Amino acid sequence: MSNHKKLEDFRGDIEKCVKCGACQAQCAVYKTIKRESTVARGKVAIASALLDKDLPLSERFVLDMSQCLLCGSCYDKCPNLVPTDQIVMAARREIAERQGLSTFGKALTAVVKRPKLMNTLVKGGELFGSLLFKKIPDHSGLRLRFPVPYIASERSIPEFTAQPFRERYPQPIPGDSDKPLVAFFSGCMINYTYPEVGEALVKVLRFMGYPLVIPQQQGCCGLPATAAGDAKTVDQLADSNVVAFSQESNAQIIVTACASCYAGIGKHYRDMGGEYAQVGERVVDINKFLVDNGLLEKLAQLPPCSEKKRVTYHDPCHLRTQGITAQPRAILKALPNVEFVEMEGADKCCGLGGTFSVYHYDTSRKIGARKADGIAASEADIVASSCPGCMMQLQDSINHANLSQQVTHVLQLVADCLP
Amino acid sequence: MLAPRVIRLIEDIVGAENMTTAAADMLCYSYDATQQTFLPDAVVFPEDAAQISLIMKMANVENIPVFPRGAGSGFSGGSLPTKGGIVLVTSRMDNILEIDEDNLVATVQPGVVTEQFQQAVEKVGLFYPPDPASLKFSTLGGNAAECAGGPRCVKYGVTKDYILGLEVVTPQGDIIKTGGATMKGVVGYDLTKLMVGCEGTLGIITKLIIKLLPLPEAKKTMLIMFDSIDGAAQAVSAIIRGKIIPTTLEFMDAATIECVRKATDLDLPQQAQAVLIVEVDGDSDLIEKQAQRILEIVQPLGVVATRIATTAAESEDIWKVRRSVSASLRSVNPDKFNEDICVPRSRVPDMIRKVSAIAKHYDIPIVNFGHAGDGNIHVNVMIDSKVPGQAEKAEKAIKEVFAGALELGGTMSGEHGVGNTKAPYIPMELDPAAVAYMKTIKQALDPKNLLNPGKILLEDLPCGGGQLG
Repeated sequence: MSNHKKLEDFRGDIEKCVKCGACQAQCAVYKTIKRESTVARGKVAIASALLDKDLPLSERFVLDMSQCLLCGSCYDKCPNLVPTDQIVMAARREIAERQGLSTFGKALTAVVKRPKLMNTLVKGGELFGSLLFKKIPDHSGLRLRFPVPYIASERSIPEFTAQPFRERYPQPIPGDSDKPLVAFFSGCMINYTYPEVGEALVKVLRFMGYPLVIPQQQGCCGLPATAAGDAKTVDQLADSNVVAFSQESNAQIIVTACASCYAGIGKHYRDMGGEYAQVGERVVDINKFLVDNGLLEKLAQLPPCSEKKRVTYHDPCHLRTQGITAQPRAILKALPNVEFVEMEGADKCCGLGGTFSVYHYDTSRKIGARKADGIAASEADIVASSCPGCMMQLQDSINHANLSQQVTHVLQLVADCLP
Repeated sequence: MLAPRVIRLIEDIVGAENMTTAAADMLCYSYDATQQTFLPDAVVFPEDAAQISLIMKMANVENIPVFPRGAGSGFSGGSLPTKGGIVLVTSRMDNILEIDEDNLVATVQPGVVTEQFQQAVEKVGLFYPPDPASLKFSTLGGNAAECAGGPRCVKYGVTKDYILGLEVVTPQGDIIKTGGATMKGVVGYDLTKLMVGCEGTLGIITKLIIKLLPLPEAKKTMLIMFDSIDGAAQAVSAIIRGKIIPTTLEFMDAATIECVRKATDLDLPQQAQAVLIVEVDGDSDLIEKQAQRILEIVQPLGVVATRIATTAAESEDIWKVRRSVSASLRSVNPDKFNEDICVPRSRVPDMIRKVSAIAKHYDIPIVNFGHAGDGNIHVNVMIDSKVPGQAEKAEKAIKEVFAGALELGGTMSGEHGVGNTKAPYIPMELDPAAVAYMKTIKQALDPKNLLNPGKILLEDLPCGGGQLG
């Protein structure tokens, strides 16, 4: 069993909050709602009051703890480094534990728990989107007080593939004999909704000469369950991923092409300790892997291109907070057919926040709209990112703003340049 | 607790969705950056002056105290609901109404965040200089109410120097206009200056007319290290005496340097016992000359090393040192009492000596940094309040720091304000007649003492005519 921290374990961190208010400048949710209960110092005060029994575990508490994108921006800029994102996750676990089941993560958790079930759902033509996004918290009071008028038809949801990505290749995919074997953790969105990102990764690694294995037993990274405070599911998913990747012990490196998965099986597994940490230690973001292993030099040898596309980049929170911001930009700048431009607010959260947008779609859309302003001002043709979740949200924001940009993964742009 | 009848009255004014009495919200509006907590009975989010006027009229009928609040980032308790009642938050009034490039004037609502305003005017080549450390999240309404300062105020002055006019809701609910959009204006009392810095005790600011400057063409940042604290303090006075007013003249003592060493890649040699961060701005040719002149002036005062930024990134590296101070102080002790005394600039060396003596006498660490260029020094008494006796020591030390500043012809607070935290010390600085004068104004405007009561002036101080309730 892993060792998930209790809310009580964060008491020392909670006491470090000096209520300076600096988090107000960072929090996309606060900037949209402008209520103190949504910003880090407010959440910390509320969590502290729960520990001290000054506040009950009420519907309101559940709502307050759900109003977080878990983007980590407040932690990044907090003078005292109070880990509010972790405190919120612990509070969500506390809710799940005390109430017997997570009230706001139930539907999602049930779906992503078992890959086979998910396959069935997708293959059976069930709309993943409506299942995930139409559900509002089961808590009736919440439904009454905060109805989420989430209409699936309003959101741009990627189509679901008939053939999941991981079933597309015989294993392993061969490469140069002098190159070490690399394992790919695809994550759910690449497997079911953005298989083209997975295909791009395969093409790029082939070009680089790396043999690749895509363990078939892998499942969800567990980040949605973590966000939903469902420690049990996190453990179950982690156990099965540990088995899947321990079997591939020849592959010392596990690459991810989804920022959320990178956090989910990287940082979170390292925090969980033990054999989870051993898997977590092997995880490398694909941008970093490619830059560290000579992609830029190889791209420099490609023939020049006169027709250039104007491309900007959005920083996924789960890469930005891990310090991976330069590598994807370096790759884009090295592409012969790309003119790279920065956009205003590139480092600002897209507003998806995993399950956040399920329950707070209105707020999520407003945060996304601000992102769309920066995209429009950049006059880019293409918005690149490194996270399928961000890609979905950005495309939704772009469509709602009546803009014409296409959102794509960095890997797809690289793959397009390769012979 | 407010009666259900009163809650309905408030709901009728602002709408039920713009007011709350939920326990979690009361908790969230109970604090500011002083870390004191006072629970309010209700929090309201009005959208305009008309709603605020109705709230104040209702409050006067129902005898409910009202506490205006911007971002709740104050360092003196100015926005805290010390008597319960209503917290009135300006967060929904956050529009920049006009940037008038013909007249270099802008009109804004009070809830606009200072940095957002600065970015908006800089886009059109204009400049709003006041730069409190909280500018990324504090509001212009709050800045004006407290008369906020910042590093650039050495050269450019403080918030009050940029407020030309206001729209204000008075304590009894009238809506008045003060000043205007003209550069000059002498008709009637200067109520604008009275309102700026009144800490929300005399009126609630609902609109601000702000003076802007042309954005300076260039700037140059220098980090100058000294072998003694005295040398750095003397350098501050020497630069000013040399008739040069830099944009910023920030000071850090040895204890501060020790704290920030871990937070920066910049080389801060061990001999550096004090640091000045000096920035000059203006035309490119002019700032080169100014920078050279400053270096000449300070050279004989024990300069160990100098670092001159030639790019924006290098300048940013230097400022990072300054900005990492506040957070890194925790490595000294967990609890910080941050006072912001201000002395005449020539007395900075004397003040630093006094603070060292006080720290030695009470055997508690006092870390000094701040805007030395205008004599405004942040004196941070660092204690661990869990250690018995330390809080008492800190209180005594702070009182002596105030007394020391006053002896040198200074003031207890340069920019943080009085709020409730410094209110007890007011008689140390202001003579009884001046206090009575202020109380007379307050009482005339707010006879029931309902607008931000208990701030600046304590109720038991003698008043010009009769006592406040």
